[in-house]
Amino acid sequence: MDQVTLNCAELTTREVNAALAALPDGSRARILEPWGRHNLAVGLVNRITVEIEGNAGYFIGGLGDGPDVVVDGFVGWSAGENLMSGTVRVRGNASECTGASAHGGAVIVEGDASSRAGISLKGGTVLVGGDVGHMSGFMAQAGVMLVGGDAGHALGDSLYETVIYVAGSIASLGSDARAEDLTDDDVLTVKQLAALAGFDHIDPENVTRVASARQLYNFDALKDQRY
Amino acid sequence: MCGIVGLHLKTPELHPRLGELLAAMLDCMSSRGPDSAGVALYREPSDGRLRLSLRGDGRDWDALSRDLAADLGAAVEVENFGDAATLAAPGEPGRVLAALERMAPDIALVGHGRAMEVVKDVGPPRDICAHYRVGERAGYQGIGHTRMATESAVTTEHSHPFAPRADMSLVHNGSFSNPATVRRRLEREGIHCVTDNDTEVAARFVAHQVDSGADLSDALRMVLKELDGFFTLLVTTETQFAVMRDSFACKPAVIAETDDYVAVASEYHALADLPGVADATVFEPVPEEVYTWTR
Repeated sequence: MDQVTLNCAELTTREVNAALAALPDGSRARILEPWGRHNLAVGLVNRITVEIEGNAGYFIGGLGDGPDVVVDGFVGWSAGENLMSGTVRVRGNASECTGASAHGGAVIVEGDASSRAGISLKGGTVLVGGDVGHMSGFMAQAGVMLVGGDAGHALGDSLYETVIYVAGSIASLGSDARAEDLTDDDVLTVKQLAALAGFDHIDPENVTRVASARQLYNFDALKDQRY
Repeated sequence: MCGIVGLHLKTPELHPRLGELLAAMLDCMSSRGPDSAGVALYREPSDGRLRLSLRGDGRDWDALSRDLAADLGAAVEVENFGDAATLAAPGEPGRVLAALERMAPDIALVGHGRAMEVVKDVGPPRDICAHYRVGERAGYQGIGHTRMATESAVTTEHSHPFAPRADMSLVHNGSFSNPATVRRRLEREGIHCVTDNDTEVAARFVAHQVDSGADLSDALRMVLKELDGFFTLLVTTETQFAVMRDSFACKPAVIAETDDYVAVASEYHALADLPGVADATVFEPVPEEVYTWTR
């Protein structure tokens, strides 16, 4: 297995990302001294493991379609933005818009995520061990979110078909979001998500399921509507 | 976008490095807007002089300082930057400002105070900090701004910080949507803006609240009530350092605090070179919360 080490103090972001993109599947790469650098490990389509050793900036692992990116630190806005497949794992806290518009794959934050986590989620999975900030799940269309801690105000505002599970308290629900009864399927889903993330502090039977009340949208592609 | 930075030094050992650290932070934020930039720096007001941060194209600053010294009957120090200068004049502030207005009504008073000095200009932060020798300056706190203009012209007058009263300065990332309304209200109270910039309205609004008796935190909370828009605001006075974000927290901000300092920036990487930042408590200010540090 190939293993490479890339140092941000010596390389531009383009050089780092070009080196990552050139690696064969199964490779491992370590990225050193990120110090808040933006756009690391974006747009990768190879199945590699990238370990970022330190705090990173915006859009970490964004647009990824295959790799597993791990950040041993905290990240700025929009980690795993528009993720297609693979994972982005943040061992610290994440700033705003974690997993924004992710179509697939999983964005895992072991600490807290700030405002608008999972905004406009399109099928991806956003798993946060700690708390999420206000307006998380805003206009999320498909996919699932799990929050191991508390959720801030206006959770799930204008939700479409994403389901949000919250283990802690919810400061308030947004427009058209509602708490629903937990089914056996939900419990199984939460159990699997928690296992995937490695969160052992979540009791799958004691979470709140938040989903759309479907009063704000009429969105049925089968009815041949024009959008 | 715009980038903002701020540094409030708790430990005197770092005071000699204020300008050096702040200039590096501001340079790092150039990617958020390189149109124009400025800083407000605070140092111990031990000599009791009033520092006048002035701007006037082609002005003979030495002549002005001589005239001012003759009028005040005491020596006036001048630091000459070409089209701008800092004068340090002894005496009661009202008298100094009146004398300045009488002698040079055409020059712009960019800022004044016993502790604060303000420099700002058009161009990228690196050039401006070099021209005004920001990196060599000592002090206990400073704020800076690099601008990507979105709502008014790119000129020195429109750049930040805005210094609406003695020893107060304000930088802003974002935009206000009702500055015209608030500007008209302020004008009815006798408060006049020099530019059509939205941030100047906010700065004068905050100063007006403080002049009317509010403490800085209350004055910032009044911004939430009266001004509509997106903002991360960083406001400093001779003794305080304050941060506040709008209700949606649309504009970024990161705070790093250690035993030695409080540092604020639009993005974390502007903080990455600060001493001991790896062990700092790093957090994002939450919406509508006023964070203050007092020395």
